[in-house]
Amino acid sequence: MAKSLLAPGHTACLGCGEALAARLVINAAGPNTIIAEATGCLEIISSRYPESAWEVPWIHSLFDNTAAVAAGIEAALQATGRAGQVNVLSQGGDGATADIGFGPLSGAWERGHDVLHICYDNEAYMNTGVQRSGLTPFHARTSTSPPGKLSLGNPTLKKDMPAIALAHGVPYVATSSAAFPRDIERKVKKALSIRGPKYLQIHVPCPLGWGFDPSQTVEMGKLAVQTGLYPIFEYENGVLTGSMKVKPRPVEDYLKAQVRFRHLFAAKGEALEEQIRAIQQIADANLVRYQMYTPPAEGG
Amino acid sequence: MKRVLEGSQGVSEMVTRCRPQVVSAYPITPQTHIVEFLSQKVANGELQAQFVNVESEFSAASVVLGASATGVRTYTATSSQGLLLMNEVVYNLAGLRLPVVMTVANRAISPPLSIWNDWQDSISVRDAGWLQLYAEDNQEAADMHLQAYRIGEDQRVALPVMVCMDGFILTHAFEPIDIPEQEQADAYLPPYDPLVKLDPAAPLTMGAFMEPDKYLEARYLFHQALAGAAPVVEEAARSFGDMFGRYSGGLLDLYRMDDAEVAMITMGTLSSTVKGVVDELRAQGQRAGAIRIRCYRPFPKSQLASALSRVAKVAVLEKALSVGVGSIVAGEVHSTLYGTPIQVNGYIVGLGGRDIPPATVRTLYEHTAQGRPADGLFVDLKAEHIGDENYQAWRALW
Repeated sequence: MAKSLLAPGHTACLGCGEALAARLVINAAGPNTIIAEATGCLEIISSRYPESAWEVPWIHSLFDNTAAVAAGIEAALQATGRAGQVNVLSQGGDGATADIGFGPLSGAWERGHDVLHICYDNEAYMNTGVQRSGLTPFHARTSTSPPGKLSLGNPTLKKDMPAIALAHGVPYVATSSAAFPRDIERKVKKALSIRGPKYLQIHVPCPLGWGFDPSQTVEMGKLAVQTGLYPIFEYENGVLTGSMKVKPRPVEDYLKAQVRFRHLFAAKGEALEEQIRAIQQIADANLVRYQMYTPPAEGG
Repeated sequence: MKRVLEGSQGVSEMVTRCRPQVVSAYPITPQTHIVEFLSQKVANGELQAQFVNVESEFSAASVVLGASATGVRTYTATSSQGLLLMNEVVYNLAGLRLPVVMTVANRAISPPLSIWNDWQDSISVRDAGWLQLYAEDNQEAADMHLQAYRIGEDQRVALPVMVCMDGFILTHAFEPIDIPEQEQADAYLPPYDPLVKLDPAAPLTMGAFMEPDKYLEARYLFHQALAGAAPVVEEAARSFGDMFGRYSGGLLDLYRMDDAEVAMITMGTLSSTVKGVVDELRAQGQRAGAIRIRCYRPFPKSQLASALSRVAKVAVLEKALSVGVGSIVAGEVHSTLYGTPIQVNGYIVGLGGRDIPPATVRTLYEHTAQGRPADGLFVDLKAEHIGDENYQAWRALW
């Protein structure tokens, strides 16, 4: 078996969706790759001096500047006549991508650097203890959006990073999930065949942060997609060219399987049914928007 | 070739001779002309570099970080708020031992908003691990850039270098500046040969995390690297002098110090005014002398102690402030002279571009020569702006 470019022996949690996805990403990208990595789970599990799990050139600078560091790497390659000859990956979690690193990412996209940005979306600041991020889903419990007498968990919707990427004219924008390894590989290879900025947002279930058994990581990822809550799609040059087709499951199947949504089921009463309906609406809207499911014609 | 150039243009001409391959900057007064001149050079093919027009100074510093880590020579420039914004990256660049060169066109920190000159910006990052050179005139400002690359890229140093020049006073002033031909610059500054770099042919990991059992030692080695860079700074200046026939840069500029009794210490363009006052005082029989700190980091402790060894009193004039404490540079001079009977006075001057005329410098000399104490004394406060009570309290300190 070929050597994995993310070596085993790193310190990820049991069942970590992010480590699974990261291994698939770098093995699909291959050894001719330079990675700029943000502070976060993936960085911490893989770079505890004097060891490193990375078999490719890899730099961790800060939490918020990954996209700009990657832009600098790409500029250096251009300056030394190696434009397009080495893959440049900029990687980070949802916090690094959608929140603290957002400005530099926007600038890098606007300038059109030939870099693939991967967002490992576990939907909170997991490395620091499960705090809420801009990609935390509606009503999710996190340590800074806990349910309580006055709260039903995170009160906001996920920031739509793929739409923001599209608004920047990013030529390849896609989502994927750690539950679908072949999908990740295909999309990474496709992205790296395109010159210019690319954005791939990968859903990576987190057993510790979401509250489910580590043996269920892939199952949880599949449920997220099947409910429509985490749509899987591809846009090329601004046009939706593909999406994963599903036979929809009700959002309850996904929500009740995780501790972070358990408060929605604490007592069966109208208020919580309303919240679950609201989440169902988000899922239904995704299924339509990304053409993941076409309901059968009425009266057929 | 010597031409009358705006200071900013002089810097851009010299930086061009240094052949950076990635330049990234964000506009901020009074640095702007430097990068405007450089972008014209790139546009004309006179400078073969990737010019990355970023969306903030934080990204400018990060772009040069990524490029330098990939093994190419880089350049950026900023002032004031821009330097503060890139603060996190400034520390990161030094700790990652990436020899980028950055011009800081010294400008006051807000609030209140001020575009005018003082050193509060570069002084605020004195602990980050960069070398800091301060120029007295535009010739030296240009020269220091060529030296900066040579010093920073020296494998005994491997640290970033900040070339500090007084905003507006230098950047926007026209002076005759001698810029070497490309061949001469190449002879002085060889191509960048990094110790380590990001390259698929030889993968490595940069920016690991360290646990408490090792972090202390990592910082010790980093500290030693900067502390030990002084000889390289001197060597670079000597070689420069040999090649170009003028002494620029180095650690200290000693003016009439041989038999000085009272020394005035400062940095940057203020030194020109101070030297003029020293000449006046000498003509009147006063044993006055001046020291200009050219290399502020690493702080030239032993050289300064040696230069001041026969002096009785020192007046430090600084365009800086540690809010709530007072002097910064004077404190460092004081600590250098710890254990000696030399009296050290600290004066805070010129913040926000406040002019410092020779008469003011003269007053400070006399204040110190008379043995009056000054512990971070603000100079030239105006009663109409601070109110009578504050003004009287301040006058009482004199």
